[in-house]
Amino acid sequence: MTERERYEAVVVGAGPGGAAAAAALARNGVETLVLERGVETGSKNVSGGLLYAEASAPYAIDDLFPEFREAAAERPVTDYYLHNLAGDRVKTFDITDLHEHDTEWSDAVLRRKMDSWLAERVHELTRETGGGLLTGVRVNGLLREDGEIVGVTCDELDPIEADFVVAADGVNSELARDAGLMDWEEPEEWFQGVKAVVDMPEGAVDDRFDLDDGEGEAHLFSGDLFEGVRGGGFLYTNEDTLSIGTVFHLDSLVAEEAEPHELLDALLTHPLLARWLDDGYEELEYAAKLVPDSKKVAHPSPHRGRLALVGDAAGQMQAQGPIIKGMNHAVTAGALAAEAFVEARSRSDPDAAGALYERKLREEGVMEKLRPRRYRAVRTLAEHDPVTDVLDAVLDSPVGRFGVRALGDDLERLYGSPFLSMMVPDTRTPYVTLPTVIAEELGDPVETKNGVTPPDLADRIGSLTYDVDVGNPHIELVDDAVGASGDAVTACPVSARDFGGGCYREETVRTNGEERRVVSLDTQPCVECGTCAVVADTDWEHPRGGKGVEFRQG
Amino acid sequence: MNTVVLTKGVPDFREGQVSFDEDGHLERGETPTVMNPNDEHALEAALQTKVRRGGTVSVMSMGPPGYGDVLREAMESVYADDLYLLSDREMAAADTWATAITIATALGKMEPSPDLVFAGFKTADGETGHTGPQTCWAYGMPIVTHVVSMEVDPDAERLRAKRLVEGDIEEIETVETTLPAFVVADPEFEPSYRRAEHRLRHKDLREETRERAGEHEEHLTVWDHADLNLDPDYIGLDGSPTVVSSVDPIPKAPAERDATMVDPESDEEMAAVVDEMAPLAGGE
Ligand SMILES: Cc1cc2nc3c(=O)[nH]c(=O)nc-3n(C[C@H](O)[C@H](O)[C@H](O)COP(=O)(O)OP(=O)(O)OC[C@H]3O[C@@H](n4cnc5c(N)ncnc54)[C@H](O)[C@@H]3O)c2cc1C
Ligand code: SF4
Repeated sequence: MTERERYEAVVVGAGPGGAAAAAALARNGVETLVLERGVETGSKNVSGGLLYAEASAPYAIDDLFPEFREAAAERPVTDYYLHNLAGDRVKTFDITDLHEHDTEWSDAVLRRKMDSWLAERVHELTRETGGGLLTGVRVNGLLREDGEIVGVTCDELDPIEADFVVAADGVNSELARDAGLMDWEEPEEWFQGVKAVVDMPEGAVDDRFDLDDGEGEAHLFSGDLFEGVRGGGFLYTNEDTLSIGTVFHLDSLVAEEAEPHELLDALLTHPLLARWLDDGYEELEYAAKLVPDSKKVAHPSPHRGRLALVGDAAGQMQAQGPIIKGMNHAVTAGALAAEAFVEARSRSDPDAAGALYERKLREEGVMEKLRPRRYRAVRTLAEHDPVTDVLDAVLDSPVGRFGVRALGDDLERLYGSPFLSMMVPDTRTPYVTLPTVIAEELGDPVETKNGVTPPDLADRIGSLTYDVDVGNPHIELVDDAVGASGDAVTACPVSARDFGGGCYREETVRTNGEERRVVSLDTQPCVECGTCAVVADTDWEHPRGGKGVEFRQG
Repeated sequence: MNTVVLTKGVPDFREGQVSFDEDGHLERGETPTVMNPNDEHALEAALQTKVRRGGTVSVMSMGPPGYGDVLREAMESVYADDLYLLSDREMAAADTWATAITIATALGKMEPSPDLVFAGFKTADGETGHTGPQTCWAYGMPIVTHVVSMEVDPDAERLRAKRLVEGDIEEIETVETTLPAFVVADPEFEPSYRRAEHRLRHKDLREETRERAGEHEEHLTVWDHADLNLDPDYIGLDGSPTVVSSVDPIPKAPAERDATMVDPESDEEMAAVVDEMAPLAGGE
């Protein structure tokens, strides 16, 4: 038998977290192998995506990849607005101050372009160390010896040993689950993000947003347009396209039995969007993915033995009020994990890397951003249904409405406060009630007609690219009872009630003269978002390397 | 490890590419030449050996000068180092015997001499499957056919291969032989890269070849019969003992519906048609 392969470090996943970790390891001469399951790096990834470079962070992406902004990003965000909506009434706040707080720069990105560019740099850097980056390889678990983690196992390769394993495999990290560090049980701990990339005629982005060279905009939307589901919408300008999407608390999505694609359509067809979209609406891609809520799941000690978790795999995705910061924290954490290993190795104690990484996350202030103490205080107070009900009732009452009117434009200042944005409780009040009341009391009606006709779900699925692993489904239903798995029928972004072409549907089966309602699953149209790993009773894995959906925009 | 892949240009038999004249004979001039489809498996086997064991891969073909494109195609898929074309008028119209003599001589002239020679199973035009075994006989090395997977041990100078044996049931047989050896890859051949280092090397080779294939002519060696020191009487048409007794046109694909030819001049035949159609006209 041939000897087992061995590298000093194995990095699993080549999103921003993995790319940062691998680049930092390779620059320090660590022999590093990067394994990515996508057919090309980026083909599995989706984000909004505004990538931040925070002034206070020890690492930003252009520290590690100097030509990043020029080569891999879309437009910078130079203006940031929050729209409070109630019916056709809109009250807009300029929250550019909040956006610029602690921000060196912030660019919109499309993940296929960004991640594939990063991957080329990472491959060059790591190849020099004797490692390199491979696509089309799915890591399926941890390699253990005598109960200790000593490497990884893959679908496509024989087991590989390593002194340091970085799990940068994103949300629904199979490695974090295997190590017992994360589970996928509680819908409260996750958001679901859904996004459309919209093609724009040449010059239309500049014209319709009134932008000059080097300018771009971000818009957020909240209020009564999302059927009471907690969350909001976003719109970011790219070079020649728009990224428009929604991010909702998964528990709320399930509770309201809302259809994610319909919520996206509610945004796309809102009169306000007629400013930028016309009846020539052309969607390039529909995509979705779970997003961890760091306030609840960021692991305070994201390591075990030789394994360190970075980025979404460790739950390091911060919803800072309405602003979403995941990619930047993944970059910082990846680089800090690399730093920790390099230091530990130089002290001939590579096994100390994990503890050192944890310390760095704390000392560099990353952990405090992810799990702010202030939020914890607010949470115990405010996240109780009776409290929410009272707050909502007060807000909605003449007293509350008077308060909103009296505050008027001071509200804009409050919304722009980074201090307050850290503490926004996770309830209906800030997501739905307050914006609705603000729009009703302070907003003006939008007159324009919106002529957008979004594609239906069948067309959205039809225009995605898949390489289906026929006969080898990556998700299996463990319990097909409606009570156990029925939530997936609506929550799955490519399934819907009364739609036969999606992943999940409800059916009636007759056995021994008895009729039973059950849930059935067909993984063919799956976009690998991870939702049903949490809301249904499934055996959930990612598809084999190179198989499954392939995003071209991300 | 020095390997050679034998490849051949064949008419592109795909629908829409191939042309036949009225008699059903292939029109060579009208039909584009492509690499023999089965040779792809030989190329994959050679590439796997290069990736796993290092060394060089050369691609060799016998044919008209226009085969340069076929060789370039082969270079791109196998990341070949060198290309050899055995080409002159004297070699033309060779049967498998004369081809084998020519190729065996060319293999003997290569420096360093090959450790492994790969060929695909049958060509799409001749379909004989003779060239490989005859070349081995002429060169004097063992042949392993129907290979579906293989591994070489360069230190022990041995080859271990799994071959697909078709009988009443399909069986896999493992054989071992010494190097140099001739390997005929089966269409079922599956290259396997289960080590990261192999996949990384594969990626390196792809990068290197992208540059090389752009200037593939610089890596091309053309040998004629004089270079190979071959007597024209023993190669090409003159050196071919095969006598073609007749050529059957390729049968046309059967039509979806059955057709009966009817002579419109014959009253009898026309009456039969009317009889057959009468019930349909009645709306049945
Ligand atoms: C709709 C939406 C909007 C968002 N908006 C923003 C935003 O505006 N700004 C922001 O900063 N963040 C945003 N996020 C969050 C952000 O996308 C993530 O936080 C970020 O991508 C995390 O980076 P990562 O490197 O940890 O993981 P990922 O980017 O998810 O990368 C993980 C990589 O690992 C690979 N992988 C997974 N499993 C395996 C395996 N088993 N074997 C091999 N490879 C594997 C994947 O293919 C992928 O390439 C948004 C997310 C969504 C869904
Ligand atoms: S089947 Fe599950 S993972 Fe796939 S798209 Fe639907 S909810 Fe997401």
